[in-house]
Amino acid sequence: MNSSTSPVSAAGSNCAERPVPPPLWLLAELTYACPLQCPYCSNPRDYPSVRDELDTAQWIDVLRQARALGAVQLGLSGGEPAARRDLETIVQEARGLGFYSNLITSGLGLDARRIEALRAAGLDHIQVSFQAADAVLNDRIAGTRSFEHKLAVARAVKDAGFPMVLCFVLHRLNLHQIPAMLALAEALGGDYVELATTQYYGWALANRTALLPTREQLRQAEIDVAAFRAAYDGPMKIYYVVPDYFEGTPKACMGGWARLHLTIAPDGTALPCHAARVLPDLAFPNVCQQSLAEIWHGAPAFNRYRGTAWVQPPCSTCPEREVDFGGCRCQAYLLAGDATAADPACRLSPHHGRVLEAIDTARREGDAAPLIFRNPRNATREISSADLS
Amino acid sequence: MSGATEAAARIPRLRPGYRLQWEAAQQCHVLLYPEGMIRLNDSAAAILSRCDGQTSLGALIGALAAAYPGETTLAEDIREFIDLARQRGWIELR
Repeated sequence: MNSSTSPVSAAGSNCAERPVPPPLWLLAELTYACPLQCPYCSNPRDYPSVRDELDTAQWIDVLRQARALGAVQLGLSGGEPAARRDLETIVQEARGLGFYSNLITSGLGLDARRIEALRAAGLDHIQVSFQAADAVLNDRIAGTRSFEHKLAVARAVKDAGFPMVLCFVLHRLNLHQIPAMLALAEALGGDYVELATTQYYGWALANRTALLPTREQLRQAEIDVAAFRAAYDGPMKIYYVVPDYFEGTPKACMGGWARLHLTIAPDGTALPCHAARVLPDLAFPNVCQQSLAEIWHGAPAFNRYRGTAWVQPPCSTCPEREVDFGGCRCQAYLLAGDATAADPACRLSPHHGRVLEAIDTARREGDAAPLIFRNPRNATREISSADLS
Repeated sequence: MSGATEAAARIPRLRPGYRLQWEAAQQCHVLLYPEGMIRLNDSAAAILSRCDGQTSLGALIGALAAAYPGETTLAEDIREFIDLARQRGWIELR
């Protein structure tokens, strides 16, 4: 008796020939508000220009429509989702609809009482992020004193009986702490620990020279993870993936464009991935104007990179295209200047040299590079026509 | 008490944080857990739906044998699946 561990059946190489699979994962970015200032934040560089957040009723409508389309995993993120006072209401609706709901939080805005309320509302799981394994480095990277509160929140999450993922975003400034991170995760009773690699878009791209690790650091990180695994025989699961910049093979970004994932930004913009707004020439629809079914099945921005019919050489003759879908469209645009190009993280990409250059620049200049923290002062502004007149 | 008898008395349940449900959009049962999902075939779903924290493995095998008569290797298949599910962390046995 075998169970399938594949989340979906094989991808269609030409979306016109096969039905579009349902968006199994819905990421609801409830707000861009956040008390932290992490320099690798995945929110847009111009996030303060997004002002009109969906209200409670609009989010509930999004949940209903997404569930009807087949979405079953729900990520509640941000910004800091706990900044929304209606979080409990949204969670309760999600549970009633049959979602498995995951709260992705910095811990700020939560306390034991609110965690109990989320439990009662039917939340399934909480992921708490840490910026480092100790207060000094954590608070420096977060740009906010937060470490002690995160510890208290993690304990309250376990006390409430939630399964808990602890997420550490890794980069040059904290990679040496992997042994301490894993020890902290074990001490806090984490069920899963995610050693997540910084992805270089938006804020992280602006900080890439300061954040990209050296090859030596990554070698040591692999040794540290392997050593912990060898010595540990408890139930905690450890996820660690070598970053695509160093691997020479692109990631199957989002499991394929508009194939599994649907992100709704705080203002209702629908995206195949939370970074996709950087892509030019794509008009992303908004749930205030169109139904989710129309968006998922019919929006040109969602169909643009579905499947693999659109890929160029070297992807078009590469058997890996059905595995990695040519890699990440945002990375192709940001590094190669062409969103239809092969992801430059791939060693077969004609632009792979730009990735190698970035690694080399960071090796030489990384220690001296300043950090640009994610806050309104450092945000870029969208230039409106009013500014030009 | 033999090993087999001892195993039959043990009671499986889904690991906390895991949820089994039918998904109409996928026309299958799925097992949901933090940030993940496993699609289940009918036999896996039939077994896991009986891992309720009250039914012993012996009773579970008995119930499925009654539901699917003629399956000669049923008991063995179920034990194998239970082992796999425990290794993957989907269920706990007490």
